[in-house]
Amino acid sequence: MVKDLADKYGRTRESLMPILQDIVKKHNYLTDEAMVEVATELDISAAEVYGTASFYTFLDTEERGKNVIRVCKTITCSMKGKIDIISTLEEILKIKVGETTPDKMFTLLETNCIGWCHKAPAMLINDMPYTDLTPESVIDIIKGYMRK
Amino acid sequence: MVTLKINDQEVKVAKGTTVLDAAKKLGIVIPTLCNHPDLCVAGNCRVCVVEQTGARTLVAACAMPVAEGMDIHTNTLKVRNARKHIVELLLSEHRADCTKCYKNQKCELQTLANEYSFGEHIFLDLVEDHDYLIDRSSPAFIKDDSKCIRCQRCVRTCAQLQHVSAIAVANKGSRMKISSFHDRPMSHVVCTNCGQCVNRCPTGALTEKTYIDHVWDAIYDPDMHVVVQTAPAVRVALGEDLGYDPGERVTGKMVTALRQLGFDSVLDTDFTADLTIIEEGTELLTRLKKVLVENDHSMALPMFTSCSPGWIKFIEHKYPHMLANLSTCKSPQQMFGALAKTFYAQKRNLDPAKVVSVSIMPCTAKKYEADRPEMRSSGYKDIDYVLTTRELAVMIKQAGIDFRTIEPSHYDSIMGVSTGAGVIFGATGGVMEAALRTAYEIVTGKPVPFKNLNIMPVRGMEGVKEATIKIEGTTEEWRFLEGAELKVAIAHGLVNANKIAKAVSTGKASYHFIEIMACPGGCLGGGGQPIPTNAAVRQKRMEAIYAEDMHMDIRKSHENPEIKAIYEEFLEKPNGHKSHELLHTHYIERESY
Repeated sequence: MVKDLADKYGRTRESLMPILQDIVKKHNYLTDEAMVEVATELDISAAEVYGTASFYTFLDTEERGKNVIRVCKTITCSMKGKIDIISTLEEILKIKVGETTPDKMFTLLETNCIGWCHKAPAMLINDMPYTDLTPESVIDIIKGYMRK
Repeated sequence: MVTLKINDQEVKVAKGTTVLDAAKKLGIVIPTLCNHPDLCVAGNCRVCVVEQTGARTLVAACAMPVAEGMDIHTNTLKVRNARKHIVELLLSEHRADCTKCYKNQKCELQTLANEYSFGEHIFLDLVEDHDYLIDRSSPAFIKDDSKCIRCQRCVRTCAQLQHVSAIAVANKGSRMKISSFHDRPMSHVVCTNCGQCVNRCPTGALTEKTYIDHVWDAIYDPDMHVVVQTAPAVRVALGEDLGYDPGERVTGKMVTALRQLGFDSVLDTDFTADLTIIEEGTELLTRLKKVLVENDHSMALPMFTSCSPGWIKFIEHKYPHMLANLSTCKSPQQMFGALAKTFYAQKRNLDPAKVVSVSIMPCTAKKYEADRPEMRSSGYKDIDYVLTTRELAVMIKQAGIDFRTIEPSHYDSIMGVSTGAGVIFGATGGVMEAALRTAYEIVTGKPVPFKNLNIMPVRGMEGVKEATIKIEGTTEEWRFLEGAELKVAIAHGLVNANKIAKAVSTGKASYHFIEIMACPGGCLGGGGQPIPTNAAVRQKRMEAIYAEDMHMDIRKSHENPEIKAIYEEFLEKPNGHKSHELLHTHYIERESY
């Protein structure tokens, strides 16, 4: 896959970002093996690939579940009940923030502002924003993903 | 030329000069931290800020090019306050346990703190809030993130000079750090242990792993016979840490100092450098014969030298398919180690278990090399402890030896006699020159056709050097080489080594013999050499090395009487059975990260 991406985007330093983004899109996070492979294809060091990836919150280098939940942690969402949203998620998923469920279906994270302050509290599941959250709506949303 | 004013003094400098360099020309000191003459401009630390009349903000002198009519002030209240704040901000994230720090009194941040920050600190100490990593995994150096100020000299060194990038900037904001690949231990990544980053780190974040106390313990142990060897490049640099200017040769004083420290025998790595030439020269000629005459391609050409442990680890990681091209010869340090606990112990009637073998090296990678599991062919750890040039200077100071006034003396024997060919191992091109002085003579019976044996085409600081030596007038045995042109190449600094290795790997180079030294300038610019090391200092040390060579009575390895004797008494013949057992080694394929 990495080789195909390098063919697609080229092997210059500028192609590093699109390649990493495509890998994350497909596999949810960057494995060490994938980063080493990217480094080999682009003839740069693996530490540089890791350095770049670790700069960007959405280029995860730790194992992530199939569905990555990112709850907005910034001020507006905090004031509008983010804590209750987090504890509801922790309860239903039986994991803490930063952890992944044993079946690798969900990872629970916090994120900086995602621009939905007017409909706070908000969260992202993968690329999909969910807004005006209440503990009840969160349970429904997660159950929907569990059924998928 | 551009004319500008700094502190109301007019100065004319070339276009493109930085404000920092223009100020230097006037003798005006602007403090720096992230700046280093070997590295590209970074502008990370901001310590060098100055005031430019008409500019909205302060500018970084290291990154600001001069402009016509510029009016710069380096010592205004605004500048002083800014620098004070910058230094204090750096200190707020720096574990300043200075009296416990290996870099105490040698730390550039400490020097600045001394100038700009006294009394109560104005910012909160954030060190305890961070979960800093101290990586002691390498036998060569320690990486202590709690002392890192993220100036990125190390990152630039590893990328620009060495083409390794074992470390890079990771994360961001307050969590930004200098990291290996996914925080793996430095011993488990592509790091070559060359220590160029250690030589450039302004604080105690990167330091050599010191074995000074281990060596003192051995010296004070009455049951132990402690031998010490000194690498060629140490004698032209040690003086810098003991009050001499760069380029001062202190060979004799160093020998006296080592004796006064209490070593039982003061011997010379140059002796095994000469031995390396005999072994490696024979290996090269054997390879040439096999490949060119017998059409036996089981042996690979070109042959790379194998003296530089940083280079060895580099090729093991980056070009593992070319390991057959490496000479199987151990480095002079390790040849010495293997012989110290066999030949030397026998001759001196010592129990090898009671011999402690110490080496003084310009190098941090030598600490790693001594730790390689292959390096136990005497049945013991061939080299027990490796100290850098800097560590030796520390020991000399600890012992209260007045280096300036002690009388010079000569190395002990056996394994203390050497030649000019051994000395020049310390400079880029030196191994090549030494090898050619001997190989040419073996093949033709005549000295190399260069004035005073000085093979100028292989000398100098050019990153990649090439030379062609026409072989003429061969003896009967080497007739197949008559008229042949021996093509050689030399690279120093791994960024240049990589260029040659890539050319060989892709079949674009047709050399026979290639000398590689991992550090800029060769060993004389090694990671274990006195700080600062830069182009001007390397040039001085190089001149000193060649002066030392000219000064030697014998200047060809094969004419070293102790070398002749060791083959007669012990090793029998070059590349013979005993040599292979003790003086040759093998290499390991390693991961690419």
